[in-house]
Amino acid sequence: MGGYVACRDSQMVRFSPMTLSFAIILLLAISVGVFWLGRRRARTMASGGATLHSLPGYYGVWVALWTGVPAILVLLFLLTAGPHLGQSLLSANPPAAVSSMPSETAQAFWSDARALSRGKSTSAQPWTAEQKTLLDAKAGEARRFDQVMKMAAYGMAAVLALAGFLLVWPRIAPTLRARNRVEGWINIALIACSAAAVLTTVGIVVSLMFEALRFFAVVSPLDFLFGLDWQPQIAMRADQVAAKGAFGAVPLFAGTFLIMLIAMCVAAPVGLFCAIYLSEYASPRSRAVIKPLLEVLAGVPTVVYGFFAVLTVGPAFRSFFNYIGSWLAEGPLDPLGQYLMGVQGEMALTAGVVMGIMLIPYISSLSDDIINAVPQSLRDGSYAMGATRSETVTRVILPSALPGVMGAMLLAVSRAIGETMIVTMAAGSQARITANPLESVTTVTRQMVELLTGDQSFDNAMTLSAFGLGLTLFVVTLTLNVIALRVVQKYRQAYD
Amino acid sequence: MTDPTVSDAGQARLKKRHAAERRFRLYGQLAIIIALGFLAILLGRVLQQGYTTFWTHSITVQVFLDPARIDRSDLEGNNFDYLAAGNLLKQLKVQDDELGLASGEAMDLVSRDLGFRILDTLKADPSAIGRTVTFTVPVKANADLYYKGEIKRSTPSTDRKISDRQMDWLDALKAKGQVRGHFNTAFFTKSDSTEPEQAGVLGAVVGSALMLLVAAVIAVPTGVLGAVWLEEFAAKGRMSSFIEVNINNLAAVPSIVFGLLGLVLFVNGLGFPRSAPLTGGMVLALMSLPTIIIATRAALKAVPPSIREAALGMGASRTQTVFHHVLPQASPGVMTGIILSMSHALGETAPLLMIGMVAFTPGLPETLASAASVLPVQIYIWENAAEAAYHERTAGAIIVLLAFMIVMNAAAVLLRRRFEKRW
Amino acid sequence: MTEPAMDAPSGTPNMPHDTQIRPPVATVTSHGAGVAAPVKIHCQDVSAYYGDKQALYDITLDIPDRTVTAFIGPSGCGKSTFLRCINRMNDTIPGARVTGRIEIDGQDVNAKDVDPVVLRSRVGMVFQKPNPFPKSIFENVAYGPRIHGLATSKSELEGVVEAALKKAGLWAEVADRLQQPGTGLSGGQQQRLVIARAIAVQPRVILMDEPCSALDPIATARIEELIDELRQQYCIVIVTHSMAQAARVSQQTAFFHLGQLVEKGSTEDIFTNPREKRTQDYITGRYG
Repeated sequence: MGGYVACRDSQMVRFSPMTLSFAIILLLAISVGVFWLGRRRARTMASGGATLHSLPGYYGVWVALWTGVPAILVLLFLLTAGPHLGQSLLSANPPAAVSSMPSETAQAFWSDARALSRGKSTSAQPWTAEQKTLLDAKAGEARRFDQVMKMAAYGMAAVLALAGFLLVWPRIAPTLRARNRVEGWINIALIACSAAAVLTTVGIVVSLMFEALRFFAVVSPLDFLFGLDWQPQIAMRADQVAAKGAFGAVPLFAGTFLIMLIAMCVAAPVGLFCAIYLSEYASPRSRAVIKPLLEVLAGVPTVVYGFFAVLTVGPAFRSFFNYIGSWLAEGPLDPLGQYLMGVQGEMALTAGVVMGIMLIPYISSLSDDIINAVPQSLRDGSYAMGATRSETVTRVILPSALPGVMGAMLLAVSRAIGETMIVTMAAGSQARITANPLESVTTVTRQMVELLTGDQSFDNAMTLSAFGLGLTLFVVTLTLNVIALRVVQKYRQAYD
Repeated sequence: MTDPTVSDAGQARLKKRHAAERRFRLYGQLAIIIALGFLAILLGRVLQQGYTTFWTHSITVQVFLDPARIDRSDLEGNNFDYLAAGNLLKQLKVQDDELGLASGEAMDLVSRDLGFRILDTLKADPSAIGRTVTFTVPVKANADLYYKGEIKRSTPSTDRKISDRQMDWLDALKAKGQVRGHFNTAFFTKSDSTEPEQAGVLGAVVGSALMLLVAAVIAVPTGVLGAVWLEEFAAKGRMSSFIEVNINNLAAVPSIVFGLLGLVLFVNGLGFPRSAPLTGGMVLALMSLPTIIIATRAALKAVPPSIREAALGMGASRTQTVFHHVLPQASPGVMTGIILSMSHALGETAPLLMIGMVAFTPGLPETLASAASVLPVQIYIWENAAEAAYHERTAGAIIVLLAFMIVMNAAAVLLRRRFEKRW
Repeated sequence: MTEPAMDAPSGTPNMPHDTQIRPPVATVTSHGAGVAAPVKIHCQDVSAYYGDKQALYDITLDIPDRTVTAFIGPSGCGKSTFLRCINRMNDTIPGARVTGRIEIDGQDVNAKDVDPVVLRSRVGMVFQKPNPFPKSIFENVAYGPRIHGLATSKSELEGVVEAALKKAGLWAEVADRLQQPGTGLSGGQQQRLVIARAIAVQPRVILMDEPCSALDPIATARIEELIDELRQQYCIVIVTHSMAQAARVSQQTAFFHLGQLVEKGSTEDIFTNPREKRTQDYITGRYG
């Protein structure tokens, strides 16, 4: 509980949201007014005898768009990128005193400067008198930047709005194809929206790479990808001994792999057979009842699965193995018995089994779609030859559906690798390479959570290693997904 | 026909084949039973561990505001809990020992809320000093657990949080009628607290609602309009299949990666406040975008081309055809997709942990930019808590979360059934 | 052998007239002097239902062995449904129900002790659209013998496959590429592959549901040739919507309309001298 994520020099110069929203609302109101004006003008022209190309409303909208949109874009840009701009400007040329401070203190300096500029109370950091004057000076600068940027932005918005209006108003004429123009705007808006999805991917890649590269500057990628020792710590102070951390991620990969394997051992057969039963054997009535129930299982949030793992499955397994251990102890298999009696609930088996339960409906619904895509004519051909239903399934349907089913399994593997909450709550945090499901292991995702939810700053290898892990995770799951989706795509094409 | 020409070997073979068929069918049934069995066990355990949350106990205490023991000049500095404990001991006819251990144990039975209530009363009405005022407050978490039978006398006294003496007192108070069990409204009207008996889910529920609102406002228009462009306007070619591949892959990216994106881009890059509905909403919006796009495209594809042709044939433009005819026709499918994707976003935890939502947030968020908690993160936080009383509350919060999700999913299904048109 | 297959209006062979059960709906006109071949399939008052909807009304019909019998009629009249009753393929459709008697070699196919699996290995079926399995050519033909255990060794299996492909007239074209996928063949070849597949399990009867409707004229001609060869060994029932094909290929014809069997008899008689008006209208193209 508790802790906060450190941010790097953020929230430096903030525009008072109140004024900005007021400006935006004002702009919207002006646009609506312009719309009325434009529409009225078009109507006047129409009643004067001319035939309009489009409905009057379109003329109004067109003028309003030209007036309002560029200005609003400027204001929105300000709202989102303004603070960043202000901060970079402010800390662009730090005075010598500040750049010589350790990064923690420098951060506190900038955040206090920011707080001062906005009239808020500063931190309890003890500043020397000299530092205090610097602080005040910087705060003054921040305030000035704030003002200037605000004025500039508002000014530009006003100019754009006015210019837009003046440029466009005279063009209102009956022959103007207002509807086409407006639809052109709509088209651009639509394209922008669909670009958002692509931009998100780009954003993910860029942001991950940005931070991960900073990490790889400190820890070599080879050490990271192939190192066997995971002890992520950094020296708190320069004179601390035994603080050089090791960032070999192989134990994490091993743990992730082990848990994923256990999960697939549970989910693959159960999920596949559920799909086979539902599509080939179940009556429409039972299918109508069972399918929604499976979807409920799919909809349960993973944090609930984690809770289930910690408070039910873990203790159950522990009691079970302890019991077997007590049975075996004092006998010929005594060492095994002793070992089993000491097993804890926080083992790979717990997390793996619960993750498998979570994946069952996923595999089942994907496989169900795929099996249903096999054309009925193949089934008919097989039944007409006197094959039983199981023979048809195993010899005709599954072989035909194999690529699709493989794709579904790959997607499930990718899901298992990227799953966070179950392993965060139920698996351990000891990095070790083992094939023993009764051991406690840790995974990539769990380590990411641990690294980023403590008191961290962003300049050390420990926090940045989370991004190295994140990039690796993204690349691996992306590769699996691309392969899986391609396979399923080609399989579907074969049958359409 | 039971062909008389089928040989004995043939008959035996036939028998084997039919046996294999029966076995295979059995495996299928077994798989379904296993899957549904897990569901039943999961829900059953959650219910079993959580239903006790909705019941709690409160105690009525009469406190004599002894002027001799209250320092008027510094009201806030007084230890009212200690005062009240003394009253309690008197009522139980117990003499306090020199070390004050008895008072300490008595204090442990009643919620700290009592001290604050006394303070508030005195602040409002200083003349109350000298009077005897009656207060009804919740009992402390461990006492509540004792009343519910979770803490038993049979456990050795070193292993449990309530001593034998405290148990006797609790029984006596119950017998005297000073303690009453009732529905735990505080669970729904209060937010997180360090005292389990005062912890509730309201803050988390409000936080979740605000976050979903932000996510919906951002993701729904973007997703629907994006899908409209991809499905209706974009020329089918390399560009649009590239975008489609992109979206399908984005839908399968682990959610924690979106959290990292939010951390780098929104919190560090743009300076958004961490742990706020605004930031969380934006991260969830990016996560829901691909699923909304995919669902909307499927709904648009399902609209028969004859409708488009009819509209175009009347001289409507492409844009008008889409927005006046196709999209309205597809709207049940689109709404279903939106509701389902929001319901999924409601349960997401990992990306929110990444943007720093593990802080303890008592109280409700005031604006979109103030610190808040959400239901799944609250569950995660409580699950890690040490006090035993949080266990039942974790399960109770899970019940609340599942209830919301069931309502949303049921709404989606009903919507789909009601507006589904058969062509 | 003196059993006339279809002579009396509502008669079954060897049954005295006064024990006739007249079909409640239209009378079935049948022509005299049927083919001199033993009855392979005997159907009595067969009705079929899909849920509440009745698709077949009391069909009574005899189908002789070593003959091609054609079912003709406009689309939707129940011919395919009736065909599928013979090998109980309607069992795979939920909600489908069949009443009446269908006997093959004197045995009721709907009897409780009849295993549909065995039945279908005795009654082969060829569908409208060729549906080879997505396996190799060899595996396609070998599928039936494998599951029914008809070959005990690899060489035996190869022999069975070769014989079936030869009978289907496909061997010459595929002998050198048996391992290639069956779906890679042309439409006509695929249909012959399917026929070979059906033959490989040594059926007694072969049912064909519009086997040429998805094929070009040349492939159709080859299939019709094949049918003519096969009829010397098997009882063949073919559903076709092409009257020309029925005239070319079959010796017996039955005309269906709206779920009822309207007229039956030798092909020559039906086409040159139809007795029912509905038959005449159909043949002359009044509706179709």
